[in-house]
Amino acid sequence: MGGGENTGCPIQPDPLVIRFLRTFKEVLKFVLFSYTVLFGALLLARWTTYFMVGKTALPTRGSTARVRGPSPSPSPSPLQTLPESAHHGTGGGSSEVQWCFSQVKGAIDDDVAEADIISTVEFNDSGELLATGDKGGRVVIFQQEPESKTQPQCRGEYNVYSTFQSHEPEFDSLKSLEIEEKINKIRWLPQKNAAQFLLSTNDKTVKLWKISERDKRPEGYNLKEEDGRCRDFNAITALRVPVFRPMDLMVEASPRRVFSNAHTYLINSISVNSDCETYLSADDLRVNLWNLEINDRSFNIVDIKPANMEELTEVITAAEFHPNQCNTFVYSSSKGTVRLCDMRASALCDNHAKLFEEPEDPNSRSFFSEIISSISDVKFSHSGRYMMTRDYLSVKIWDLNMEARPVETYQVHEYLRSKLCSLYENDCIFDKFECCWNGNDSVVMTGSYNNFFRMFDRGYRQDVTLEASRENSKPRAVLKPRKVSTGGKRKKDEITVDSLDFSKKIIHTAWHPLDNIIAVATTNNLYIFQEKGN
Amino acid sequence: MFPKGTKRKFSDPGEEPASSGDHAPPSSAVARTLSSSYSLQRQSLLDMSLIKLQLCHMLVEPNLCRSVLIANTVRQIQEEMTQDGTWQIMTQALAAAQCPPDRLVATEVLCRQADAAAQSPKPPSVAGLEEGYSSEEVVMEGDVETEVTMSTLSAAPPQLSSASYLAGPFVMGPCWQEEEEDGECEEDEEDSEECVSEGEEGDQDPLSADSRTGEQVFGTFEIKHPAPPPDPVLDELFSDVDPSYYDLDTVLTGMQSAPKMGPYDLLESLSSHGPTALSSSASCRSDLNELDHIMEIIVGS
Repeated sequence: MGGGENTGCPIQPDPLVIRFLRTFKEVLKFVLFSYTVLFGALLLARWTTYFMVGKTALPTRGSTARVRGPSPSPSPSPLQTLPESAHHGTGGGSSEVQWCFSQVKGAIDDDVAEADIISTVEFNDSGELLATGDKGGRVVIFQQEPESKTQPQCRGEYNVYSTFQSHEPEFDSLKSLEIEEKINKIRWLPQKNAAQFLLSTNDKTVKLWKISERDKRPEGYNLKEEDGRCRDFNAITALRVPVFRPMDLMVEASPRRVFSNAHTYLINSISVNSDCETYLSADDLRVNLWNLEINDRSFNIVDIKPANMEELTEVITAAEFHPNQCNTFVYSSSKGTVRLCDMRASALCDNHAKLFEEPEDPNSRSFFSEIISSISDVKFSHSGRYMMTRDYLSVKIWDLNMEARPVETYQVHEYLRSKLCSLYENDCIFDKFECCWNGNDSVVMTGSYNNFFRMFDRGYRQDVTLEASRENSKPRAVLKPRKVSTGGKRKKDEITVDSLDFSKKIIHTAWHPLDNIIAVATTNNLYIFQEKGN
Repeated sequence: MFPKGTKRKFSDPGEEPASSGDHAPPSSAVARTLSSSYSLQRQSLLDMSLIKLQLCHMLVEPNLCRSVLIANTVRQIQEEMTQDGTWQIMTQALAAAQCPPDRLVATEVLCRQADAAAQSPKPPSVAGLEEGYSSEEVVMEGDVETEVTMSTLSAAPPQLSSASYLAGPFVMGPCWQEEEEDGECEEDEEDSEECVSEGEEGDQDPLSADSRTGEQVFGTFEIKHPAPPPDPVLDELFSDVDPSYYDLDTVLTGMQSAPKMGPYDLLESLSSHGPTALSSSASCRSDLNELDHIMEIIVGS
């Protein structure tokens, strides 16, 4: 390794080259050293996290970056695939959330008036308002009280804000049939100004309601008294300008638009588009697109009515717009398929862009297979990447990019599979359960029988069964998880399948979009539960 | 679907009716006839489905989704029975036999199931069985060309006898009427499945429709008036006959089309006298009276 001092010998390499190579070697050593340090640090961080979180599943979103290094990554499967894995959990609440009772609305006695049966529940976009529709055509809106300073952990209570009669019973003379006034769905519009708008629908007619507050009124008219009587003109000596004075808050609901006569069959869904200008309404065989401003015209975008009604084998059961893409919507069918359609492709979206269908398991085929595969509800996640479907026995989560099968499947009440015949007999098999996402799409919830409802935590792979009952209705009482015993032995506190009350079912559930507050509707009561504050 | 020839285990949890064990006493004769309990269960499921299809609450529009699902189930069972060959057996037996006006074993089994399944809220259809609705109309919401069919399910005295079982299964046109309790009686111009109904029980006003051929899977109903039917019943019957309620063309095609095996044929249109019957209830009424008269002559009651 001679330096460059000997210039005589031609074999000596150029001193500059040597110096360069030396420097380069140093640089490489340094690089190698720093990579090793980095790698070691990452390993250390990973192990620390692993032990801290516990032996349960690690969060799936990549926690370790790919590291090129002499040794491979450690194996506690950092990238867990989503497809169903046996949920291992303590059986407690989903992750660490515990639910406690907050409020119950509705009559206490067991005598249920038919008109009071709740038929839909929906939070608005901020969660401040909660709307319920009932079988008597009324809409009741609850407003959340602002959080009190004294109890910051306790979220505000929901109190009645407005009640109005949305739909009246009608009689279709042409067919000699009554049109029920039962509110099938309520959907809130995103708030644009001080007033709130919602769409409510019964079997045939959709109405746009404006709910506005009035807390000031003008006083000091020149020509009439405060109570409306005309003033004596001769007594008027001076003019005054009316002024607004505060008054008791009054909430008014006024119908702004009535969208009628567009559906031959019974409307089962409405969905507001993300463009806030249009919405869709779906009945058993058709889906119509409306403009919120125009109530005498609608576009038919899906029509699955066969030319020969004898060949009808499939009906539409639910439809929804994508939360972000205003050209995309999905509709589900009674055969267990979901079709995603793009309105840009053609005016009539009979040809789907995507078809989501899980192939049937040939082993579990029975005469009821088709009936229990019928999808009763479909909901997009808030992110718009996933979609959830509810059929009779399970909840499935689909990735919009994969049509072949759902990415997750959760069994809601698998113990009913052996009872399908009796459930068919008493028509319970046709119950259309709804499902909902929580605000960050990590937990999904759906209802079941015996006033049970189930929550499935997608990240932690845990599920819990809770009950909405009067017995658990003490303020801030923590809900105890319930269990249905499927085997022969019944443990304490478990309930057997045969003692389930199938007349008490929870069909409608809603989750606050931003917070852990849920609204669960039993037959005529609305239960509000919230997360236990620490 | 179950491959041909495979017998389901008796204790298959998927489909065992609630009280499958109780079938023994009244149906012992029948059970001997049909060796497979699976067939019995399938049969009862089919009967139950048909009853569900028939009994709809008429004040409000019937639920199309539910009707379609039930109809698909019926069709599925029918296909399976066709594969099994039981279908043909039943058709032949039916054609050959004089159908006694006895109620189907299966129907009684169904009632029995209803009794046994009392822990759950009774389905309206089964309750109907128990309470003996005299007539209910069902209009299949446009999806079936059918319309008004009467199902009379009266909790009649259990005269189920074995012979009726084979003849019974609703599926054959006339069989369907057996389901309705008293044997069936059909019009002369219909096929040979003449059933003499003696001692019809309860009020029955099944509406007869056309069962052109024996192939026609689901049959038609006839109007029988064993006793003068209560007027409100008839009024109710005709008040719902409303051509505009379902697609007229499907009704017409149902009336005139060649018989084909379709579950919707089961609940067929009003009368075999032609499409005009649909358009006016008055003519229906006269047709019914005519039928009634004919039946009475046949029955000799």
